[in-house]
Amino acid sequence: MGMDYFQYLRGDKMPHIWCPGCGHGTIVKSILRAIKKLEWDQNDVVVVSGIGCSSRTPGYLDFNTLHTTHGRSLAFGTGIKVANPKLHVIAVAGDGDALAIGGNHFIHTCRRNIDMTLIVYNNNIYGMTGGQASPTTFKGAKGTTAPYGAIEDPFDVCNLAIASGATYVARALDLDAVAMDRLIVGALKNKGFSVVDAWTQCTTYFGRQNKWGSASDMMDRYKDMSYNVRLAAKMSDEDKAGKFPVGVLHQVERQEFSEQYEALIQRVQGRED
Amino acid sequence: MAEKIVKFLSGNEACAEGAIAAGCRFFGGYPISPSSEIAEIMSRRLPQVGGRFIQMEDELASIAVILGASLAGSKSMTATSGPGFSLMQENIGFGMMAEIPTVVVNVMRGGPSTGNPTGPSQSDVMQTRWGTHGDHPAVVLSPATVREVFDMTVAAFNLSELVRIPVILAMDEIIGHMREKIEFPAPGELKVIDRKKPNLKPGETYYPYEAGEDLVPAMANFGEGYRYHVTGLNHDRTGFPTGNPDLLESGNRRLMEKIVKNHDKLIQYESVHTDDAEVLVVAFGSTSRSARRAIEDARKQGVKAGMFRPITLFPQPGEALLKAASKARKIVVPEMNLGQYILEIQRIVGGKLPVTGVNLVNGEPIQPSRILQAIVGD
Repeated sequence: MGMDYFQYLRGDKMPHIWCPGCGHGTIVKSILRAIKKLEWDQNDVVVVSGIGCSSRTPGYLDFNTLHTTHGRSLAFGTGIKVANPKLHVIAVAGDGDALAIGGNHFIHTCRRNIDMTLIVYNNNIYGMTGGQASPTTFKGAKGTTAPYGAIEDPFDVCNLAIASGATYVARALDLDAVAMDRLIVGALKNKGFSVVDAWTQCTTYFGRQNKWGSASDMMDRYKDMSYNVRLAAKMSDEDKAGKFPVGVLHQVERQEFSEQYEALIQRVQGRED
Repeated sequence: MAEKIVKFLSGNEACAEGAIAAGCRFFGGYPISPSSEIAEIMSRRLPQVGGRFIQMEDELASIAVILGASLAGSKSMTATSGPGFSLMQENIGFGMMAEIPTVVVNVMRGGPSTGNPTGPSQSDVMQTRWGTHGDHPAVVLSPATVREVFDMTVAAFNLSELVRIPVILAMDEIIGHMREKIEFPAPGELKVIDRKKPNLKPGETYYPYEAGEDLVPAMANFGEGYRYHVTGLNHDRTGFPTGNPDLLESGNRRLMEKIVKNHDKLIQYESVHTDDAEVLVVAFGSTSRSARRAIEDARKQGVKAGMFRPITLFPQPGEALLKAASKARKIVVPEMNLGQYILEIQRIVGGKLPVTGVNLVNGEPIQPSRILQAIVGD
C-alpha cells in the first residue's frame, strides 16, 4: 500500500473537515488505491457528490469534481456519463443523501444500469447537521430526532440496490481496508451500475448518543454485527440472524445504458448491420 | 437559391426543432401537460442527430441530469410546466451559482398546485424570476408566435452559453399548442453561440471562476484535462468554497452584474405603433396577440394606442419601455394572471403614469374586447 496518495489529492485543501475517529478517510484512501490499480487517466475521472460530510470528498480529490445539491449526485452523474460515456463517474453519498432525499434517484439509477459506481458512506446518522436519525439508523438507536430510540426499521442498502437492479453490490467495513480495496475495485470494473455499502463509524454523533464508545469500539461492534458472505453457506440461520453479510453480495451481467443508447443511435441512423 | 423549408407546426414542435438547430444534443425530462410533446419529439429526434434523450424519474432529476450533461460538454434542455418547474427550482439555483449553461422550458398552465393542467396561463412569471432561493440573476424569454418559439429557443441556448446561466423559456399553453406556418431559417442564416473556452498557455493555471471584462468566466468541460471543482457553495475564482466576506460579496454581486454588463445582448422586444401612442399596452406571449388586435380596433375608434411587447421578460427592457411610453398618458397591462408583470411595469414608470391591469385566470385567453375596453375607458 506504499502509494503516493498526493498524486490524487488536492493537498492545499487539507486539513479535511472530518472528525477524529471518523471512517470516511479510510474509504477515500481505498477509492484512490482502486483508481491507481485500474490505472485510470486522472483527467477522465469524475467524482460527484450531494450534501453531507461524505459529500465533501470531491473537494479533496484532484479529478473533475462536482459537489451538487442534497440527494442529487446520481442524477448529475447520469447526465455526465450519458453525455460523455468515456468518463469514469464515481458518486459518493452518505446514507441520508443516498437513501432518503436521494432515494428515488438511487432506485432508478440501479434500474437503468448506467456504468457508474455509488459508494455509500454509511454511518447510520446525519453527521453534518448534528446527529439526526437517518434511513439506516438501527431500530432502537438514538438520534437527535429519535431521542427515545428509532421506531422505524432501517433500509438495507444492499438489498435495496439488488432489488432495484444494480449489477454489482457489495458491503465493506472500514475495519478491513484490504477487503474494501478489493470490493471497490470490483465495483469500478463492473460495466454497469455498482453500489458499495461502505460502513464507517460516526463517533461524534452516533457513538456518543448511543454510548457505543470509541472508534475502535464501534469498529469492533460493526465486525460483530456482520459476517463474511463467503462463509454464509457454513453458517446456521441462527448465526446469521440480525447480522449483515460483508463482501460481494450480487454480481450479474446486464446490458449497460449508454451501450444500448449507442446501438439505438446506430439503428435510428440506419447504420446497423 | 436553396428552397425555404416551410412547415405547419405547433409551438412545442418548433421548440424541439429550434433546440436541435441550436446544437442541443441532450434532453432529460419528465412528462407533464402541456409540455410533454417537447420530450416526445426530442426522444425521436435526438438519436437521429447523434444526441441523447433520457426520461428521468422526476423533475428533480431532470434539471440535475441536464446540468450534469452540460458540464460534460453537451448543450442540454428540459421542458416542464408549473408543478415540475416548482420542483426544479433548487437546482436552477445551483445552475446559476455554478454558472452552468442550460435551457429550461416552462409551458405555463393554470395554478397554484395542480391547477388547470390543460388551460393557458401566465401565472409563473414571477416564479421564472424569483423561483429559487437567494439573490440570483435570471434570463427569461417569452415568445408569441410559432416562428418566434423556434427563434427564441435558439436564442435561449445562445444566451445560456454567452452568460453561463440556465435560461428560462416561458411559453404559455396557447403558444405551445397553437399551430402556425413556420418558415425555417436557411442553413447558415442561424447564429449559434458556443461557450467561451479557456485559452491557456502551458503552465498557466485555470481559474474556472475568474471573469474578464464581460464578467463571464471561460468554461472548460469535464474530461478536457482541467480537473476543476464545481460547487453550489459560495466559492472563489478557483471554484473552491470560501467564507471570506469580501469574496462572498464580490462573488454574489458578479452573478447579478454579469447580466447588467451583457444587457444589450439579452434584451429583445417589439414596439407596435408606439411613436404616437397615447395609450400603451404592455403585453407578452399569447396575450400580445389579443393586444395587437385591440390597439388596431382602438385606432379605428380614434384612440392612438400602441403596444410594447417584451420578448425578454427578465432582465426587463426598462429603457425601451420608457421610450415607448414617452407620449403615453396611461399604460394597460393584460396578463393571464392576477397581476404579476404589472408590478415590474409600475416600478419602471415610477408613478409617472397610471398603470391598469387586465387580468383573467379562468383558463381562457383574454379577449381583445376586454383590452380595448381598458384602452378606451377611463
